[in-house]
Amino acid sequence: MKLSTLAPAFAVTAVFALAFVLTGAAAPPVTPKSGYDYLTPETRQLQDDDFANPGMLWVEEGERLWSEPAGTSGQSCASCHGDAATSMRTVATRYPAWSQSYGKVINLEQQINQCRGRQGAEPLQYESEPLLSLTAFVSHQAKGLPMSVAVDGPAAQSFERGKAFFYQRRGQLNLSCANCHEDHAGDHLRADVISQGQVNGFPIYRALWQTMGSTNRMFAWCNEAVRAEPHAAGSQEYVDLELYLRWRGQGLPVETPAVRR
Amino acid sequence: MPNTRIRVPKTALKGDAVEIRAIIQHPMENGFRLNSQGTPIPVEIISEFVCTYDGGEVFRVTLEPGLSANPYFSFYLKATTSGPVDFWWKDQDGTITEASAHLEVV
Repeated sequence: MKLSTLAPAFAVTAVFALAFVLTGAAAPPVTPKSGYDYLTPETRQLQDDDFANPGMLWVEEGERLWSEPAGTSGQSCASCHGDAATSMRTVATRYPAWSQSYGKVINLEQQINQCRGRQGAEPLQYESEPLLSLTAFVSHQAKGLPMSVAVDGPAAQSFERGKAFFYQRRGQLNLSCANCHEDHAGDHLRADVISQGQVNGFPIYRALWQTMGSTNRMFAWCNEAVRAEPHAAGSQEYVDLELYLRWRGQGLPVETPAVRR
Repeated sequence: MPNTRIRVPKTALKGDAVEIRAIIQHPMENGFRLNSQGTPIPVEIISEFVCTYDGGEVFRVTLEPGLSANPYFSFYLKATTSGPVDFWWKDQDGTITEASAHLEVV
């Protein structure tokens, strides 16, 4: 191959390399692999079947809530955002994201609650059915699109805290997230296969829970599994961790609603 | 009222076996679990599921606490005549959830 044909490729690589240097964020430590790849064929089949996938029940409920007026304004999500298929198409790929009005990085659930404030409605509780449904519905609009969160600029501090959380040993078992999800991804933990801990399918329908759950519920579950005190859902620790994990899986397609064990 | 989803083909050829699918959003609480305070969570299940086709019963299931949440059924129906395909789920305290679709036989 002639050098001239290679030159553009070098240029592109150089630009990416420069971007990483500027943001202080190198490439993810591992080639991202979705949790889907660690599932049994039966569970994959359940996720792939839009009818049988139980998570679609929440997506449908979210679709109903999308155009239901809420709060004192009498406005629904659709009153401002219109058709979610277009207005929400890429939203889930970008969250958690820096919020100017909050002055911190917020996740999708918190963004939905911020909108509810504008509607004059009470914020929805974490892990409540309506919040899970709306989050699932909005995330579902981005299905198939690659995750690409911004971790530079005002989000940089949040990203660094999330990264530190991921590598920090915790709990009575004294394990960090990385001890399992980076050092032993693909290995067996008893009868289960350890995944990379990617979050591209959230909110997920988890067979163990027999219901939907957010990233924050999963983090709390993992923390308890290593016998550490979990943080509250919606805490900044978990938002930072989610930001780091979304970046760690950048390029993976959004799978919401994913089905997991 | 629980959220349900049903799938019935719009049209079918006479004599064909068509696939019918139905799912209902329900926790199917089995009564053996404890809440965070250590007290048992009472049983809360769907106890019966029935499908009728053109007024006649074609499928009936009695559900038990051992079933997983959001029970999903898929079965085949022989298309004989145009008519409604009705679904109903009865939960343990008698509340009925209904759904219906029309099957056109050509």
